Order: sequence, then structure tokens, then C-alpha cells
Amino acid sequence: MRLLKSWYEERFGTELLSFLWHKQVPRHRHTIWYYLGGMTLFLFSVQVVTGILLLLYYRPSPGEAFESVQFIMTKVQFGWLIRGIHSWSANLLIFTAMLHMFSAFFLKSYRQPRELTWVTGCALFFLFLGFGFSGYLLPWNELAFFATKVGTQMMAAVPLIGKWLLTFFRGGEEVTGATLTRFFGFHVAIFPLLTTAVLGAHLFLVQYFGMSVPPSVERGQPDKPVPTYAFIPNFLLRDVMGWYIALGVLAALAAIFPWELGVKADPFAPTPAGIKPEWYFLFLFQTLKLIPGRVVFIEGEQFGVLAFGLGALLWMIVPFLDRKQEGPLRRLPAVAGAVIVAYILVMTLWAWRS
Amino acid sequence: MILRLLAMLVMVLSGAAAAAAQQAAPPVDNCRTCHAQLDGKLGEPAQQFADDVHATRGFTCANCHGGDPREEDMEKSMSRTRGFRGAPKRSEIPQLCAKCHSDGAFMRAYNPSLRTDQLAQYQTSVHGKRLSSGDARVAVCSDCHGVHKIRPASSPISNVHPQQIPNTCGRCHADAGYMKPYKIRTDQLLSYQASVHFDKLKGGDLAAPTCVTCHGNHGATPPGVTSVERVCGTCHVFQEQLFDQSPHKDAWAKTKIPSCLTCHGNHAIKHTSDTMVGTGKESICMTCHVEGDNGGKAAGRIYTALTGLDASLGEALSVVDTAERKGMEVGEARVTLSAAREKLIKARVDLHTMDGARVEETTKAGEKLSKQANQDGVQALAEYTFRRKGLALSLLVIAFVVVCLWLLIRNLERPAAGEETERT
Repeated sequence: MRLLKSWYEERFGTELLSFLWHKQVPRHRHTIWYYLGGMTLFLFSVQVVTGILLLLYYRPSPGEAFESVQFIMTKVQFGWLIRGIHSWSANLLIFTAMLHMFSAFFLKSYRQPRELTWVTGCALFFLFLGFGFSGYLLPWNELAFFATKVGTQMMAAVPLIGKWLLTFFRGGEEVTGATLTRFFGFHVAIFPLLTTAVLGAHLFLVQYFGMSVPPSVERGQPDKPVPTYAFIPNFLLRDVMGWYIALGVLAALAAIFPWELGVKADPFAPTPAGIKPEWYFLFLFQTLKLIPGRVVFIEGEQFGVLAFGLGALLWMIVPFLDRKQEGPLRRLPAVAGAVIVAYILVMTLWAWRS
Repeated sequence: MILRLLAMLVMVLSGAAAAAAQQAAPPVDNCRTCHAQLDGKLGEPAQQFADDVHATRGFTCANCHGGDPREEDMEKSMSRTRGFRGAPKRSEIPQLCAKCHSDGAFMRAYNPSLRTDQLAQYQTSVHGKRLSSGDARVAVCSDCHGVHKIRPASSPISNVHPQQIPNTCGRCHADAGYMKPYKIRTDQLLSYQASVHFDKLKGGDLAAPTCVTCHGNHGATPPGVTSVERVCGTCHVFQEQLFDQSPHKDAWAKTKIPSCLTCHGNHAIKHTSDTMVGTGKESICMTCHVEGDNGGKAAGRIYTALTGLDASLGEALSVVDTAERKGMEVGEARVTLSAAREKLIKARVDLHTMDGARVEETTKAGEKLSKQANQDGVQALAEYTFRRKGLALSLLVIAFVVVCLWLLIRNLERPAAGEETERT
């Protein structure tokens, strides 16, 4: 070990190792939220590993996709486990990413100088949603096929470029084999490439600026420094403990609730009743269902897509909008955030039960 | 010059518009205008005719009753000089309807796909023959199709819609009093309503056989002993072909035993079951055969083969269902089961040859598939147990590592809990 260390230091110097070794993490009543980033990163790594293993057997064509997933689940040694973990981990990943994002929002971790950490984090979250949407179609089963049909149809509502977007993502007018290969390309090449770049930037920024101390903690003890503990080993060991627990949860979910494959997609079959997207798109889906056919001077669906697009943009540039550290408007972002969380929860539950 | 051209254009356009208006306007029908205001027998037909298929195609009362519908004066419009013939006699009805319906060129303008041989068919039917011999009580066109409220057969409220046909025929044929002079049974409707065919029809299957499927509609007649097999064979094609290869074919033809209905009945055709063959109490074979004769032996073999595959399928299905309920992927086993079930269906069709070896050949292929599905199900259940054990073991290992990590963290932080860890 010592030999390896000296070999490394002779070539690359001592700065990086020394930085990591001496890195400190603030320790206060909100420290628990810091672990969500590491947990999301762990789940993403699980996705990469299981995704590569699935890639060894998966075939992205309408004639073979369903059968190849069926083969993975029934014939490939531990294929069921790999596919189950990949599906469950995808959902847990989005869940932890969501928690991480909202905790960063409520703890105001996006404040100067961490604006870009927030922006790259939001971009990663949207990329994860893209992974979820593109991956959902890949087993080419009935539910996935029709959910993709409904989901991509929403793209047509984007003003000016809607029709082009629809054709581009579907690879034609309808959801066909061309859509499947296109989604496969996005899922295993384009999104991973973008994610690697954005994730690299996000991790670099997190390390460069360190963990943010919430304003409430800073205000609570203005005269003395916030206590810290070492990133290595104290924080990392806790992180690893959390990852082990996540691994156990994933294994249990995959074994006790195997991810169903359903029936093969039949493009000529009528759309089954009650088609819904994945849980993380439910609030969007429910909102679009509730918007009337026409709002002021534009079509309801178009209005909804525009509103959500604008909402996502505002969400991403929050650090540049929230500049008030003092005064009565200081609490406005937290109130807006609470309203957004309540809205997402209510709409998701509504869509879930309807 | 330009003005003249414009004037001509206006004239041409207004002329075309007038012609179009004339074509689109409903024909003048003073008969309906007056009769609709009357009560009872004289008013009802005019009121009913509004929704009649003929009215919707532009026909008027005069097309059947004669007279001049454009004439407002009642005396003139209903005068013999204007062709008025009043209500046609029952015996005249087939010819009256056929005036249009047997005219191919005329019908093409309204419904090119409609047959025009109804009258010719009717004349071959028992109804038609009796009518021409002077019996006016038999069914004529209007008895089945209605008089003034005729709907196309595709309309669910039409008397001749597939789901209405049993009751339409039954109106006369289930009326014991009306049928008394003809000395024929009147239980056909009740029997049919207890049949598998009626079950399907009731369930919305419009292709299910009704009275007219076997007896014909316009040429309605009871199928004779020799044609029963052909009638059933129009739908049950394979059964007919296989029956022709059976020893029953010639033997029954010689003794004039009707083919299909000897085992299945005619109007009250029940759901078939494997107990219909074999040597048991419910076996139809035992009506003519005894256990030891050749027929009895063949029936026994067939019964054993069919029930064996059926039981094997039931067992495999139960195993596969259990595995699926436990969340295992059994799509492939289901496909195999489905193939095995098809073999059972084929074997049940094959039995019409009464060839035990042939049925056994099919059931053996089915048994092989059923065993394969069963094995897949058993493997899935074993895999399920393995997964549970594997999960328990993995969770134990993970719990152990987590506890070790927790102890390690506690040990690390014990000397200076809550403070910065000292580095050496």
C-alpha cells in the first residue's frame, strides 16, 4: 500500500490525496441530507453496472426486444436479479435524486458560490428522467408501448417545434421499431455521455466548493465555527453503510417484488384502459388531464407544456433569482418550494388513485 | 358581351342549384301527410313508416299500394285509374316485394351487395310451396321483416337481426295453437335457447348459428337426413371431414341414421364434454355399443386419452399459476400450455374419426407439451425458493457488514465524539 502511495506521489504529487485526506464535512442537525447525493451516485453506479450486464443479452428490435428480456429473466443465470435491480434501482435513483434536489433547495445549498452545482444537479435530474422515459420502452411490452405513445404525444404540444420533436423522438409519425432503436440509442449512448460530463462537473464543483452550511445553522451560532468531521473516514464510512443498506433494499425488492414483464406490445391493439406513466411523471400527466381544452388563447395541452417548461427553467435558475438573504422576502423560496412539493404529492396521489 | 356571359353563368348556376334542390328534396307523399293525422289502423302505418328503411331511401306508400301521392284530393289519389291497389293480399306479398327485390338492375342503385334471389329461394321453401298451394297462413315476407317498420338486417331492432331471429321464427313455430294444423313440434325455440349456439348468440357473437343458419332464411326447409352433416359442416368443417373417414359414415348412411345430430342433438345442442365418449353412464357411444365390442373399445381408448391429457393440463396449469402468483416469469410456460391445450382441442376434433390410435397420437403430443410446461412451472417454483434463501443469506451478510461499519464508526469517534477527528 505504501509502495503504491509513493509510486502515485512520485508521478502526480501529493495535492489530491492530501486534499481528500484533509477534507472536512460540516456536522450539524441537517448533515443527514448530505448523504442523499452519495446514495444517488451509488444507485447510478448500480444502474451503469446492471445496464452493461443487460446489454450483453438485450436486442433492440420490435421482433426481439420483448423475447430477449424474457430470456434474461428466465434463462440467463441471475438475469432476473440484474433486471429486477436495474428496474428498482432506476426508481429509487429518481426518488433519492428528487429528495437530494429538494433538500438542497430547502437548505439553500445553491447560494453563491454554488450556483453551478445546483444547475448541474438539476441537469442531472432531468437526464435521469430522460433515462427513465427512454428505458421504460425498451422491454417492448404493452404498458411501455402505450405509455410511450401517450408520453411522446405530449411533445407535439410544444409550440413551433412540437411536430418536429414528435417525429424526431418517434423516428416517424407513430411509435414503431424506429422509436425503440432511437430510445435505445438515447438510453445507452447519448444520455450516458451527457451524464458523464455533467456528473463530472457536478462532483468537481461539490469537491471544489465543499458542503454548504445551511443559513439557519450559520445564524444559530454566529460566533463560533460549525463543527466538522473528516470526509475520510467518518463521512465515507457512513456513506458506505448507507450504500450497503440500499443494496439490501434493492435485493429484497428484486426478489420479493420481481419487476413484471407483462405482455408483448401489439401496435395494432387498442390502447388498454388506465394507461399511466411511471410514478415520477404522474403529476405532469394529471395536470395535463385537468387543464381545459383551451386556456385564454392557446390550446390547453400547449399551455400545460409551456407552463411546465417555464417552471423547469425557473427551477434551474433559482440561485440567480433568490438573492435576498435578509428581509421579508427571505422565506419566499421556501414557501414556493413547499407549495411545489405539496402540488406534486397531491397530483401524484390523485393520478395514482384515479 | 361580358354582361351577357355573366347572365348566362348566373342562369346555368341557378339551374344547377334548382336541379340539385329537386333531387335532394323528399318526394311529395300526401298519403303519409293525411294518414299520419288519423288514429288506429289507418294512422299507424303512416306513423311507423317514417323510420322504415324504404322511407329513408325515398320510397313512398304508393310504391307498394299504388295511387298518386302527389294528388291532394283523396278520391283522386286513391282511385283505381291512378293505379291504387290498397293493401295487398298475403298471397300477393312475395310477388309484390320481388317486384323490386328480384330486379338486380334496380336493387344495384340502392344496395349492390343485397341478393336478389329471395323470391326464387322462397318458392323452394316449405313456406313458399304451401303458399302456392293455397295456404295463406304460412310465413310471407312481411311476417319476418315487418310491414311498415322494416329495418335492415344489421339493425339490432330488426326482426331479422341475428339476435332477433330465434324469436321471429318462434312467433309461429313456438305457438302450439297456430302450428296445430301442421302437426309439427313447437319446442324448437325452447330447445334452441338451451343450446350452446344460443349461449354464444346471447353473448354477442353474431356469427353464432340461429334458425336460418341451418334451415335457410328465404328457402327455409328442414335439412334431410342426408344433408344434416353438410349443414353442420358449413361451420364445423374439420369435424365433417373427419366424420367422413369414420366407420359411422357408411353404417349410418345405410341405416338412415342422421349423422351429427345422433350424438349432438339438433336444436338443443349442448356444450360437449369428454364424458360423451367412453363407456361411462353419460357416454353416447353406449347407446349403440357395449363395452367389449370394437366400438366400445375405441370409445374407451379415446376417453382415456382425452381425460388423461385434460388432467395433465389441469395439473400443469395449477403449477404455472402458483409460480406466477409468486411473481415468477412464466410467459414461456404459458405458451407451451397453450400449445398443449390446442392439442387437446385437436384430439377432441380427431375423435370424429372414432380412431383411437389417431386420437392417442394427438394427445401424446399434448402430454409432452403439458409435461414441459409443468416442469417449467416446477423449476420456477424451485427458483422462487432459491431466491428467497439467497435473499435471506445476502441480507444477513449485508446486515453483518452494516453492523461492523457502525461499530467501526463508533470506535473511531469515541475519543472525540462531536469534534474534529484527529489526524496523525
